[in-house]
Amino acid sequence: MGEIIDKLSLYFSYPFVRYALIVGLMIALCSSLLGVTLVLKRFSFIGDGLSHVAFGAISIASVLPVMIKDIAAGVSTSGEVPQSIKKLADLIADANNNYIVLPITLLAAVLLLRPGKNARIKGDAAVAMISVGSLAVGYMLMNRFPSSSNISGDVCSTLFGSTSILTLKREDVRLCLVMAIAVILIFLLFYHKIFAVTFDENFAKATGVRADGYNLLIAVITALIIVLAMNLVGSLLISALIIFPSLSAMRLFKSFRGVILCSAVISVICAGFGIIASILLSTPVGSTIVIADMTVFFLFCIAGKVTKRA
Amino acid sequence: MKEQIICRDASLGYENMTVASGIDFTVKEGDYLCILGENGSGKSTLIKTILGLKSVESGSIEWCGGLTPDKIGYLPQQTVVQRDFPASVMEIVLSGCLTMGGLRPFYSSGQKQLAQENIERLGIENLSKRCYRELSGGQQQRVLLARALCAASKALLLDEPVTGLDPKAQTDLYELIKDLNKSGITIIMVSHDVNAAVKYASHILHMGHKSQLFFGSCDEYVQSDIGASFIASESLIDSAPEKPKPVSGEGFGAVLAPCVPLAAAAAASAIISGILRSKGRKNKWAR
Repeated sequence: MGEIIDKLSLYFSYPFVRYALIVGLMIALCSSLLGVTLVLKRFSFIGDGLSHVAFGAISIASVLPVMIKDIAAGVSTSGEVPQSIKKLADLIADANNNYIVLPITLLAAVLLLRPGKNARIKGDAAVAMISVGSLAVGYMLMNRFPSSSNISGDVCSTLFGSTSILTLKREDVRLCLVMAIAVILIFLLFYHKIFAVTFDENFAKATGVRADGYNLLIAVITALIIVLAMNLVGSLLISALIIFPSLSAMRLFKSFRGVILCSAVISVICAGFGIIASILLSTPVGSTIVIADMTVFFLFCIAGKVTKRA
Repeated sequence: MKEQIICRDASLGYENMTVASGIDFTVKEGDYLCILGENGSGKSTLIKTILGLKSVESGSIEWCGGLTPDKIGYLPQQTVVQRDFPASVMEIVLSGCLTMGGLRPFYSSGQKQLAQENIERLGIENLSKRCYRELSGGQQQRVLLARALCAASKALLLDEPVTGLDPKAQTDLYELIKDLNKSGITIIMVSHDVNAAVKYASHILHMGHKSQLFFGSCDEYVQSDIGASFIASESLIDSAPEKPKPVSGEGFGAVLAPCVPLAAAAAASAIISGILRSKGRKNKWAR
């Protein structure tokens, strides 16, 4: 026991570990808040699709500097890369990936969740198409323009999250914190409108609530959360963070507010537990959190069955 | 009396399919309009188009006389999403008060009181803390109606409000709507129940296959050919001998057996159409 505490206090003496923990908890809180709405609107799959889009976007962002240099070298007659292009490539390499990933994911979210269901290709097929498409493009780009010698390592960490939360950069942490606070504020301010739009879009629209606007807002927040959560759990596991806490909460709670509060608590506890366990056991952060979420889901399932019978 | 909704030669439809055309009517303040018609004649589509949830394909539907979306209530048919929705009755009824508050993030005590009054009006105060998905169909219907009442300060649009209610609750509901209408709220209701429509409504709009068959006051409708024949076929079902009042589609099959052959022959077509209609109603419910 003393060993564990020693190890933890050693880790938490570094400020970036503390920041990482805070960010992890904030991300978990955000994703669980919105998860309830997404699950109830039958949009769970869209979170998954968007996370694949984010994977494609992140691979574009990471290969862009290499790609620019490669293409420039091919075009110029001497085979040398001009100085100005080299500078541009370095600038992009230094910039935070999120500045490229966020706009692309936002655009995809707005396209997928846009109002009006008379699109040519129906919802789930469109989501499946976009998600596998961007996976393929992303992997192709990473393979063709490797930004480091360890391609499979890069791909793996994008898909399943950093192997350790300690690799989170300080700037990532700051950006995450700002976005997470924004998401929570928006959610609190528009809570009742989000409820109305989730429960009955037609009624809301008919009685003068600007449902399309709020749907757009939901799409934008979803994209924000996915980009945020990608740092923590990687793109393949984001859906788990969104879906599990709200589904667990729905087993036991019967009011919308109860479900939201409960899923927030579950998500934060599981994320905290997962992060600490991953430090102690040297397991990947993302999967540890998701397994914690899964365990809670099964416990709540059983509890739900028991209380219903009683 | 001010005109509130003017519909001029409107065509309604989904995507590229026209469901009904040549719809032409006017609703004035304080009217009680009942929209009748077979399944698939576009009654629900008409309500949705009036509400602006769908656009008119041609012609026009205008709102005037100070009628705006935040002054109307709407009782839609239930959707699949709602049936397993974890929300308390109070939360749902409160959401009807939403447009009154503008951009304010929380409900005021006035809004909460309005919700409470409407809950009491529909006799569901004992359910207000219960979970919506655990209620019966009829109870859910009352919750949605309470929500619609919260929103309705000038007009109330109802899409088959008595679906899933037992006869006593149906009568209560019709009386409640009548009282609301007397207090000056315009009512527009889609219904299958021609007898109730004739009894309570001030105006009738009868929609046939792809076109409008009748629009006018209730008295004119009763005297018109179309009205008379529709009422006759419906009352034949209702007054068939030894038949319990039909509550659901299953009732019809049991009725056939005790019928004397002659009456059965006469009633058969009406009954079959009744069965078809109730099946269609179920499908719509499931959609």
